[in-house]
Amino acid sequence: MLPQRLVSLTRSSQLGVVRLVGVDQPPRTGLNWRGTPLTRRSMLLGFGAVGAFLAVDLGAVAYANKWIGAGAALTRATFIAGFESVFGTHPGFRRNHAKGVAVVGYLDATGNGRELSRAAVLGPGRYPVTGRFSLTGGNPFVTDAPGAARGLGLAIGYPDGPQWRTAMLNLPVFPDNSPQGFYDRMFASQVIAATGKPDPAKMAAFLKAHPETAAAMDVMKRHPPTPGFADSTFSSLNVFHLIAESGARTPVRWSFVPRQAAFAPAATGDDVLFDALVRQLKTTPLQWDLHFTVGQPDDPIDPTLPWPSDRRVVDAGTLTLTAAETELAGNARDVNFDPLVLPDGIEPSDDPLLSARSAVYAASYRARTGEPKSPSAVQVDQVTP
Amino acid sequence: MTAAERYPLRTRLLHWLTAVLVFATLLVGFFMVSSLGSYGALVSVHMTLGVSILVIVVVRAANRCTHRTPKLPSTVGGFEHKIVVGSELSMYALLLAQPLVGWAMVSASGQRVVVFGVCSLPRIAPFDADLYFGLRQTHSVLAYLLVAVVAAHVSAVLLHTLTLRDGMLSRMAFGRRATPRKPNHPPARAERGKLPG
Repeated sequence: MLPQRLVSLTRSSQLGVVRLVGVDQPPRTGLNWRGTPLTRRSMLLGFGAVGAFLAVDLGAVAYANKWIGAGAALTRATFIAGFESVFGTHPGFRRNHAKGVAVVGYLDATGNGRELSRAAVLGPGRYPVTGRFSLTGGNPFVTDAPGAARGLGLAIGYPDGPQWRTAMLNLPVFPDNSPQGFYDRMFASQVIAATGKPDPAKMAAFLKAHPETAAAMDVMKRHPPTPGFADSTFSSLNVFHLIAESGARTPVRWSFVPRQAAFAPAATGDDVLFDALVRQLKTTPLQWDLHFTVGQPDDPIDPTLPWPSDRRVVDAGTLTLTAAETELAGNARDVNFDPLVLPDGIEPSDDPLLSARSAVYAASYRARTGEPKSPSAVQVDQVTP
Repeated sequence: MTAAERYPLRTRLLHWLTAVLVFATLLVGFFMVSSLGSYGALVSVHMTLGVSILVIVVVRAANRCTHRTPKLPSTVGGFEHKIVVGSELSMYALLLAQPLVGWAMVSASGQRVVVFGVCSLPRIAPFDADLYFGLRQTHSVLAYLLVAVVAAHVSAVLLHTLTLRDGMLSRMAFGRRATPRKPNHPPARAERGKLPG
């Protein structure tokens, strides 16, 4: 037993160096914790175990975050930095498809889709839709160009039902079949300020390394863009699976096929495509038919490859857009058209672009929701009918 | 010296179930936001794990009121006792808050939390981008706080059990009961002399 005096001393200091002096035994040194001696062995064991645990625990956290051991793997952060490097920083706007206008409307489902999918939004009935037309690229003030890919994002069943979100393009196929291909193409097609065009040598080198993109571009050349948004066919491009009540899985691609011609864009101006769309929507609702193209088991899920033209098409309903809205808080500006927000009855395929799109869209959404907002280029009330 | 008291079996089971789920959810969460290829699949796993933790923590909080806690060993002094109570409370608070913040964050983005791939939970926050951002940042801060609090919790138990040999871990363990070392009894000199240098 230690002398009482020292016990109280070590109690008060919790971890005390106990030195016995001036008593009738030789001085000795020892650490203790509230009377329990701390030997070198017990300290090694305890701190060794703590060190080992922390190394594994924090190592796993660092590895999962790709702070260590990831090499040059593409992450969502790489993509966000890439968009900002190519298109500049535009706080508050989407990192891609930055220029856009919000729309509202509804989907009238015929019920034909229920043959292939148990999704509630494909049952006969009317489902509210919020959407957004956009142009490709990360510059929210880019001048409308007829050749720029046009996007249509839709949230069907929004806001309270089971939602089906989709972000589509007016292209027959997608240019890339991998996240790396998309990333590299973005840099290869970066416009050089001096010429106003991409570096031809860079693009040639990219296409040599990515024959799938070269082939997809040939398909696109055979399907040139229409004059406007209103007469564009917007397609999922990625393959999804429809799941029937029976559990049967059917690979599909979907398209929204226009029912109208587009108003001619004005001859001059920065927003000729958007203005024509807004003007037309101020005159009349716009309609697209929802087509599911039914794939065969051997049809590719690679979005650069078209499916044979004889595939069966199921006409599942009609999208009606009734009004355009300037991008503002609370409308489609604040919706992330994540292609993996799907109702029960629609599932993603193994196309690696789907997960990558979902991840990068989420990163873009997180970044822009935390940034100050400024007015969008397309101001609906400034477009005269 | 009697064998250390233990928590009731149900409490020990709930504790270790929570431990496994919390490690899994945190790691899946960190991994999915840095991964392009598995993000889509892991988001639903993460949500399912998170909601499971929420349910278990509510059950644990209720269960915690049904019994007294086993006595802490004498190696825990007055000040450390306060830390023990504070860290337990903060872990309960974090484990309750983190899934709720995640759920609210998904709600504020206008989406639904889906668990087990089929069960769609109602939204618990209005669609609001500013609110989303605040909750999204909070979700990350709470995740790292959880990492820190769990690391401190495990480290403290390891030090008590291995260095002070006070049987701290056996309060929450299964199997044979360990008898804690008697305090105030330094090991024999001969034994210490054998230690590696």
